[in-house]
Amino acid sequence: MGNGKRTWLNVSVLSIAFVVIIFFNGMLDGWNKQAKTDTIAWETGYGRLSHPLYDPYDPYTFSESHEVPPEGLQEEITAGHAVPVLLTQASAYPGGRLINIVLKGIDPAQTLLEIPSGQMDSLPPEVRGDAVPAVIGARMARSAGLDTGDRMIVRWRDVNGVFDARDVVIAGIFHTNVPTVDVSQVWIPLETLQEMTGMRGESTYVLLDKELAEKTEPASGAAYAGGWHYTNLDALMKDIEAVVEAKSGGMMVISILLLCIALLAIFDTQVLSVFRRQKEIGTYIALGMTRGRVVTVFTIEGTIHALLAILLGSLWGIPLLGWVQKTGIPMPEMTDQAGLAVGDKIIPAYSMALILTTVVLVFITSLIVSYLPARKISKMQPTEALKGKLV
Amino acid sequence: MKNNAIVTLEGVTKRFPAGKGLFTALRDINLIFGKGEFAGIVGPSGSGKTTLLNIIGSLDTPTEGAATVLGKRISDLSQKQAALLRNEGIGFIFQTYNLLPVYSVYENVEFALLLQKINTAERKQKVMEALEWVGLADRAHARPSTLSGGECQRVAIARAMVKKPALVLADEPSANLDSANSHHIVQTMKKLNRELGTTFLFSTHDEKVMQYLDRIIYLKDGAVDREEYPQDS
Repeated sequence: MGNGKRTWLNVSVLSIAFVVIIFFNGMLDGWNKQAKTDTIAWETGYGRLSHPLYDPYDPYTFSESHEVPPEGLQEEITAGHAVPVLLTQASAYPGGRLINIVLKGIDPAQTLLEIPSGQMDSLPPEVRGDAVPAVIGARMARSAGLDTGDRMIVRWRDVNGVFDARDVVIAGIFHTNVPTVDVSQVWIPLETLQEMTGMRGESTYVLLDKELAEKTEPASGAAYAGGWHYTNLDALMKDIEAVVEAKSGGMMVISILLLCIALLAIFDTQVLSVFRRQKEIGTYIALGMTRGRVVTVFTIEGTIHALLAILLGSLWGIPLLGWVQKTGIPMPEMTDQAGLAVGDKIIPAYSMALILTTVVLVFITSLIVSYLPARKISKMQPTEALKGKLV
Repeated sequence: MKNNAIVTLEGVTKRFPAGKGLFTALRDINLIFGKGEFAGIVGPSGSGKTTLLNIIGSLDTPTEGAATVLGKRISDLSQKQAALLRNEGIGFIFQTYNLLPVYSVYENVEFALLLQKINTAERKQKVMEALEWVGLADRAHARPSTLSGGECQRVAIARAMVKKPALVLADEPSANLDSANSHHIVQTMKKLNRELGTTFLFSTHDEKVMQYLDRIIYLKDGAVDREEYPQDS
């Protein structure tokens, strides 16, 4: 293979590595951004004040973690800056089957979360009857075989541990990317749940809007927080961060492998180049070039691969990545089983920092693999080089 | 002669490792070359001609003795100082031309000047002047691959001469050329020797070259066998 063809082969492989690294990382960044935005909008708000005993990972704490929110917080709830939510474990019997659910009480008039709680009040009285109106997510609806207007029996234990049961009517079904507000979750009016459980005025946690969260953040023990535990946005996002970080590890391995293949090709070409062009190297030295300068020339020559790869990668990568950003990457339906917010499509996010970091990474690694073989020149005897012999 | 000396070799000996022992390529060479000489080192293959030129050209150092070129003792020079000496004071002409194939004739000749950081206008003037000397001004933009062997060697002469060095070392310059081209390139060098006063040192065993030399040093088994001054006879 000629030098020209070899160069373009190297440049092509490196340009693929360059674009794929940006694509993978852009996809992760996009997912991260989307997952956070959706989680804030549907589940967490910008901060959470919760009952000290509440542990979101342990459903057995739900029965103990309820209380009337601290007095100072009531004003914020009334003003719409905070939204109380009450949780209780329950069983539902859609179509005679038994499924375990979490009943979640939320104010139908709230606007902090995207959950269409207003639909709870939208059912005509003749449809609603004496049943409790509820909204559920599309995943829950699908797994339970429910549709709008369907009824099911729900059984729960009140504050005294006494079982009770009522009909629930589905007032609305929502579509969300956040499975934790959907799978096995039934949202009903807060007051109704408080009445059903005998927990009047109580809630498990209170979600805060941005303004209130910013006020609360510097002083977690704010007066209105009472003894409730404050969880800031960073802590609420830690699960997403952990999953993205785990995924980043896998993506990084793929990126490094790709980059290594490309760099190995450059290294190989450089070794061959130094070997085949000994006579030329000898001539440079005879003409008065210092060995250090010859090493520099060969290193720059190798690094030009990276420059060309970045240019070539930009030529085909910008339109491709732009198109992917416009259309998004469709995600398979089963992806949401992971329990994290994954949209139907992931819209990659290519930040300037990501692009610059990748450019610098490709450039520096190319510089190193170009320098290593070129370094041999400094040990070369010019008289031997002129004969075109092996070092 | 010594006041006018460009190259002084005093007891120069060169040994190379060969197997478990050492091979002596040059033994006790004592020679002086003055300014404007047109001299040749003649001998059969393996007699040490190229080794001697390499030492004079600061591409190698003697194992024993001293080689002083343009006032610099070769053994004492660092790599950078040797490179500077070659760049400013010595021109090389090789048997296989050693032109850089990706560059044009013009760029090949210009290369030596690029290392001297001469400005573009002056470089252009000097390159074209050198190409005029060898009669290749009209082929300035041709690639070496499109030139004949004789033309390639003339480009190599222009490249060696463009910086007007005090000394030009030509290693078997006619070995790859036919008779007419051999005469032509040696005549070109002779002309430059007369006009510019440049010292030319050849390594050759080509009789066509030898007939133009003012001084011939015969090497045999790495030692000076005899010297002749054909122009005096």
